[in-house]
Amino acid sequence: MIKTAPATTASARIRGAFSEGRLTWSGLALTVFSILVYLFLYVPIVILVIFSFTRDEFGVRWTGFTFDWYIRLFNNPRMMGAAWNTLVVATVSTIVSTIIGTLLAMAMERYRFRGRNAIEGLIYLPIVVPEIVMAVALLAFSAIIFDVIRMVTGEVLRRNLATVTIGHIAFSISFVVVVVRTSLKNFDRRLEEAAADLGADSWNIFWRITFPLILPGIIGGALLAFTLSLDDFIISLFLSGPGTSLLPVEVYNRVRRAITPEINAISTLMLILSMALVALSQVLQRRR
Amino acid sequence: MATIQQQQQRRDRIRLALLLTPGLLWLLLFFALPLVIIFLYSFMTNDALGRVVYEPTLNNYITIFTQSLYVNAYWRSIWTSVLTTVICLLIGYPLAVFIARSPQQWRMPLLMLILIPFWTNFLVRIYAWQIILANNGIINSFLEIIGIGRLTLLNTEGATLIGLIYGELPFMVLPLYAAIDRFDFTLMEAAADLGANKVQAFLRIMLPMTMPGIVAGSVLVFIPTLGQFVVSELLGGAKVDYLGNLIQRLFLRANPINWPLGSAMAVLMMLVLLVLIMMYFRVTSEEER
Amino acid sequence: MSDSIAIELCDVVKRFGDVVAVDHVNLQIRDGEFFSLLGPSGCGKTSTLRMIAGFELPTAGSILIHGREMGITPPHLRPVNTVFQSYALFPHMTVAQNVAFGLEMRKTPKAEIARQVKEALELVRLSGLEDRRPRQLSGGQQQRVALARALVNHPEVLLLDEPLGALDQKLRKEMQLELKSLQARVGITFVFVTHDQEEALTMSDRIAVMNKGKLLQVGTPTEIYERPNCRFVADFIGETNFIDGVVIGRDGNYTVLETPEGLRLRGLAARPLSDGTAVTYSIRPEKVRLLAPNGELPPNGLAGTVMTVNYIGSDTRITVRINDQRTIDIWEQNTRSTLDRDEYWQPGEAAVIVCPPDNALVLSE
Ligand SMILES: Nc1ncnc2c1ncn2[C@@H]1O[C@H](COP(=O)(O)OP(=O)(O)OP(=O)(O)O)[C@@H](O)[C@H]1O
Ligand SMILES: [Mg+2]
Repeated sequence: MIKTAPATTASARIRGAFSEGRLTWSGLALTVFSILVYLFLYVPIVILVIFSFTRDEFGVRWTGFTFDWYIRLFNNPRMMGAAWNTLVVATVSTIVSTIIGTLLAMAMERYRFRGRNAIEGLIYLPIVVPEIVMAVALLAFSAIIFDVIRMVTGEVLRRNLATVTIGHIAFSISFVVVVVRTSLKNFDRRLEEAAADLGADSWNIFWRITFPLILPGIIGGALLAFTLSLDDFIISLFLSGPGTSLLPVEVYNRVRRAITPEINAISTLMLILSMALVALSQVLQRRR
Repeated sequence: MATIQQQQQRRDRIRLALLLTPGLLWLLLFFALPLVIIFLYSFMTNDALGRVVYEPTLNNYITIFTQSLYVNAYWRSIWTSVLTTVICLLIGYPLAVFIARSPQQWRMPLLMLILIPFWTNFLVRIYAWQIILANNGIINSFLEIIGIGRLTLLNTEGATLIGLIYGELPFMVLPLYAAIDRFDFTLMEAAADLGANKVQAFLRIMLPMTMPGIVAGSVLVFIPTLGQFVVSELLGGAKVDYLGNLIQRLFLRANPINWPLGSAMAVLMMLVLLVLIMMYFRVTSEEER
Repeated sequence: MSDSIAIELCDVVKRFGDVVAVDHVNLQIRDGEFFSLLGPSGCGKTSTLRMIAGFELPTAGSILIHGREMGITPPHLRPVNTVFQSYALFPHMTVAQNVAFGLEMRKTPKAEIARQVKEALELVRLSGLEDRRPRQLSGGQQQRVALARALVNHPEVLLLDEPLGALDQKLRKEMQLELKSLQARVGITFVFVTHDQEEALTMSDRIAVMNKGKLLQVGTPTEIYERPNCRFVADFIGETNFIDGVVIGRDGNYTVLETPEGLRLRGLAARPLSDGTAVTYSIRPEKVRLLAPNGELPPNGLAGTVMTVNYIGSDTRITVRINDQRTIDIWEQNTRSTLDRDEYWQPGEAAVIVCPPDNALVLSE
């Protein structure tokens, strides 16, 4: 997501002052401060991981190593069901929002048309609207839709995985658009002209030239959408129905009652998954 | 000639429509329309069973502005968000400077260490603090050993604040880093050369030039903090109500649930943000002039 | 060189909003010729080329390739290929894949593609670099890949938009010669866009000079240099001295003009001009002769004083003031080897300038 601009020689020299060992007092203070901030960021995570292996049944102090909590976790159908639901929702939401978002990004980047600014606003709004507002709005909307369906067909529907997925797609689209647009902006359109010049029709131009070159951006958008969906708690809480809960909601419900090492274990696993996704997105970005 | 252009225009218009329609429909149907609905709901009332009664009224807004429960929640939420944003800025800015000025080969790894929490489940990271702050958790164990004795750390407003700062800090650092990395530090030398001291150089040169990053980071921290309810529930023990807690309760748990009142609160929260975002655009457009 | 027409532009106009990029251009490019479009920045060269390639459609007028009206034919169906200014090589493909792209689009059999790609890379002397990515090539090598990628399709016409613009001076000179000999070997019509007059003169069979969207003159390099048809062309190509005046009559083959100071000069006009027409007298510095004064002025002679003398090796460049308002530049070739300063003109010396009327032009507008 963040690209490092090549440093100008001048600022590189100043930055170099650090490695040249000319440590000033302010530089030292800054370094110590930054180390403390990094510790602040990582100590809780490390403790969480450590305490997923403790024997202590409250999971808050170290009383010896055990792997039991993971085994229990894998034998807990509720948790495993929620994990499965989460993966299904994230996968569907990623596929749909990536496709829709990519199309939208193409439209916004490639065309000038009336109402473009309004659409621009509509695309960016989900990023700035607090998630809880979006969640209650979708909840109210789904209730109305269900009422209408009940009145028309007599069928009684309840919130389920589909409602959650729809909500996840609604906020993921915007993020996909942002990421894909960046790679479309960096794309040199003369390559498309060159392809046309060499006899490629618009189908071939898109699949042989445009698509391969913006693919890293699309994958970046997809990974972001996947992570957002995996991590989402608020919309999941409001839109999932009874018996179809997602992992973050399940964790939340358990945590509100008590800390258990089983939660430490599932949290550790979620952590590892997130790290794998960051690593993946970084590897893909490097390749560009 | 006209027909050539007409043909091309028609082809372009069809393509554009195909590209726009799915996304536009989705956002209108599952984002814009629901927002309109809660806006309308905010002017409705409720029956004893929690069902929405379609009778236009301003009562919800009157309730929010007169009952101390709601007024306090607003102030508490806004104040906490401001505090969180400012502290994140004070921590994040030096950190971003540190990353931007460390040797080239260290910068990416240092940035990755910020990215990992950025991509990690918020709930999980907040939960980690429960373990740390718990009554029989490691801090208290340590305090016991050195003879101070246990303190109540969890379920306090301080714990809420720590959790919020911890959760939102990466969202502040990343945009700040992007802005500071672009900043040319020779400008600071130029300012010094022209007789500015370090503080003056920072205030007159670096601060204005990195303002976009400051503003972006602040918006990214402020918005979710304003609507949060998880942190105050998990770390604050739900002892005091923030906006998010009230809305969540009104929509899901209250007896009876009261969607119109909850909607009015959500609408007002949007309003606060709208004002802020307008201020943001005013600031940035003046910045450009 | 056959005389059939490869490309014909009939009254072509291109407007971008209020900007008229190409203004009623009529042009015929012959089969097998090396044809250059020359003009200053923004004069509409690229726009013209892009309309031939099909990236832009003319606002009015028509474009014919080998007699076929192009109309709205999209680029991929036109029998031309383009070498882009920045090469536009596909960064995700190897050199070989780049070159093969056009053939693949035409569903050429695999074995045939391999053979032709090899041949094309040999033609541009790039054998051995098949598996490199464009990023791993030097500017000159990328240039050659772009050439091979276009030539491998055997286009009826090859369009080149300032293909040498991004190269350094030395490489540029090398590539000019190479491109010229390549064109002679493959025999394909080249339409070459450049704003470098020297480049156009050395490479082209014929040149079209454009300015502000208008086509000013089409001709061989010699015609363009020796017989420019207007002040702009004379000024844009090479160096020249301009003297403004009005036509006052004719003298045999020559047209006579008078300057505001009353000097009378004779020269060649492209067409008969009526008396009183405002004209510009144009004579190239190397065509002016400089004599020592000996009493009376020779025909078409002007008396003056040497102002500056610059020795630049092959030439000596002299500026002579002929009156308060006017100076004339003269380039004299240093035909004799000598260290004797007296052999050269000295500043302050009186001198007589002679403009041979056969070497001087009377230009209208
Ligand atoms: N797509 C476009 N939209 C608007 N104006 C354009 C466009 N393309 C070209 N123009 C305008 O048309 C005129 C001619 O442009 P063109 O690119 O053909 O010039 P050129 O001779 O190739 O110049 P250069 O040597 O700088 O490449 C210019 O004034 C240019 O600004
Ligand atoms: Mg051009």
